[in-house]
Amino acid sequence: MARKISMRQALNEALDQEMARDPTVFVMGEDIVGGMGGDGEKDAWGGVLGVTKGLYSKYGDRLLDTPLSESAYIGAAVGAAACGMRPVAELMFIDFMGVCFDEIFNQAAKFKYMFGGKAETPVVIRTMIGGGFRAAAQHSQVLTPLFTHIPGLKVVVPSNAYDAKGLLIQSIRDNDPVIFCEHKNLYGLEMDVPQESYAIPFGEANVVREGKHVTIVTYGMMVHRAMDAAAQLAKDKVECEVIDLRTLSPIDWDTVLESVENTGRLVCVDEAHPRCSIASDVSAKVSQEAFKALKAGIQMVTSPHTPVPFSPSLEDIYLPSADKIAGAVRKTMAN
Amino acid sequence: MSEKRIIPIVMPKWGLSMSEGKLASWLMKDGDKVKAGDQILEVETDKIAGAVEASEGGVLRRRIGQEDTVYPIKTLIGVLADEDVPDADIDAFVGSYVVPQAEEGEEEAAGPRYEFAETAAGRLRYTKRGSGDKTVLLIHGFGGDLDNWLFNADALAEGATVYTLDLPGHGQSTKAVSEPTVAGLAKAVLSFMDTVKIDKAHLVGHSLGGAIAMEVARQAKPRVTSLTLICSAGLGPDINMEYIDGFVASASRRDLKPVLENLFADAGLVSRQMVDDLLKYKRLDGVGEALSALKAGVFAGGRQSAILADVLASSGVPALVIWGAEDKILPSTHATAASGAKVEIIEGAGHMVQMEQAGRVNGLIKVMLSG
Repeated sequence: MARKISMRQALNEALDQEMARDPTVFVMGEDIVGGMGGDGEKDAWGGVLGVTKGLYSKYGDRLLDTPLSESAYIGAAVGAAACGMRPVAELMFIDFMGVCFDEIFNQAAKFKYMFGGKAETPVVIRTMIGGGFRAAAQHSQVLTPLFTHIPGLKVVVPSNAYDAKGLLIQSIRDNDPVIFCEHKNLYGLEMDVPQESYAIPFGEANVVREGKHVTIVTYGMMVHRAMDAAAQLAKDKVECEVIDLRTLSPIDWDTVLESVENTGRLVCVDEAHPRCSIASDVSAKVSQEAFKALKAGIQMVTSPHTPVPFSPSLEDIYLPSADKIAGAVRKTMAN
Repeated sequence: MSEKRIIPIVMPKWGLSMSEGKLASWLMKDGDKVKAGDQILEVETDKIAGAVEASEGGVLRRRIGQEDTVYPIKTLIGVLADEDVPDADIDAFVGSYVVPQAEEGEEEAAGPRYEFAETAAGRLRYTKRGSGDKTVLLIHGFGGDLDNWLFNADALAEGATVYTLDLPGHGQSTKAVSEPTVAGLAKAVLSFMDTVKIDKAHLVGHSLGGAIAMEVARQAKPRVTSLTLICSAGLGPDINMEYIDGFVASASRRDLKPVLENLFADAGLVSRQMVDDLLKYKRLDGVGEALSALKAGVFAGGRQSAILADVLASSGVPALVIWGAEDKILPSTHATAASGAKVEIIEGAGHMVQMEQAGRVNGLIKVMLSG
């Protein structure tokens, strides 16, 4: 375990080990190889953020550069999965998923249910989410709630390199369609990651910090902001329990409810917009199942109900910050 | 010359990954007389809490470290000295104290902190410490790894060459266990001894590791100088199968934590990090299969399949049996099955007695090594 690697390297290693283990795994997407069909270096790009770099030299044509038509290649990936392959499709930004909603919502998610449980669709769609990258409204969204809403899809959001490797391996081995969301701002983050292959089961939240006063439930980049807030609050003797959901569908209600039963206070943090979000979903579940445990009203910290602004200073205000999270915690403590 | 009588108390380094520790509490006051082996203060790391013991006798002259404060390893946190050392000398010692830099050959300089041996039983991870004439090999139990000796390996290495290893299926060793039986694992240990050129060693085994050590003595008696069996398997049929089943089956922190609490007399010692580290191990490809195979091979039908008590009696190899009085995995009543062996039952400790009462256990093993 002595080795520190970035989330980018961890994802690359997960793809590498699964491609080596299982010949039905293949990878497709825009510029994932880069340079195909031209005269220059074949493995030029490795995707816009370099996650697949180096795999072409090992696995050749099992990495496919696709045309700029998300609906076409996501449809192809879903079809290949239905026919026994395990495709991993890279769809650059989650914002672009709109053009292939039918392939994902109506086809991939429904096959198992439409064909009496006999059809399996082991497709993984890797995609980038999140703000803070100065990439404006069409490249900065966190549309995780949209996909969590659809039965039949699994939605995974790692917050660190260790989880990224284990969850991607589990996603590839899983027999259902998985929307695998990578936060743009976490690719460079390093931590100890075992060289060996391992899978993290879905539906198991990670309690990243234990505390007895307030439960903070979150995922993705917001885990780090919540941890900053918790460190800030610890100086004032407010002990926060921080839960990283890791997978939004399935979701680990047991860990959330158990924690709120201990703390009696809940702050839900979500980088997505507030309406119909993971934050509102968790709030609803807790008020339904653990109402008697609550000592104060549930607080939500989310982005506003507006598109992500392009202006850097506005984007900074737009995203939930550690200060905003700490403020929400203090509000629940005041009751 | 007076410097010789001033003994620094520093933040210890327990295990290769520890870089800092929290001074949880002082167990003694300024001016208290201290004997070698007395517990002076408590330290918490992200792995476990433990007590720092005096290496020599003296008077606790200065408590420098503050409680509830984190210090890097090797930081001076206290001073032990004779009564007649003037305060001015203590001040001078504290003022001029320099945290020793990593010596040449220590981990930073020497590259990988863990080593790997290519044995007939596959690739095994191990560590080697110390350089004494005597050789000690520490063998962990079912589901454990070489970090189970976190509080023992360094102390024993003061006077001996100490090896720890990850058995096949465990830690960072190969996850393939070709022969998932006590005899098969003993062969793996012998093959490890061949590879790293250990001719003969004092074997110290914990739990299943104890049964393996006895089996090594049965298969190759000339290679075993002595046997120290800690809460050892192989001395009777009983085993807490609920623990074994729970350990093998648990896939989440919520399930695993109560299982691990059975290992200690003080359940509070099971830290988040300990549960996390074990979950990370259990998730590795091949571990589930390895543990299930070992469970079937070693504890079939909920009984221990290899009873080796007679090996001890007939071998003539000097043996010491140590047990935690509150062991909830293997009953301490098995301790007396080893006729001819010296038996020590330690109060206030459970199955992981070598962690919970490290000082006592280290002291007993050292006597065994010198005898």
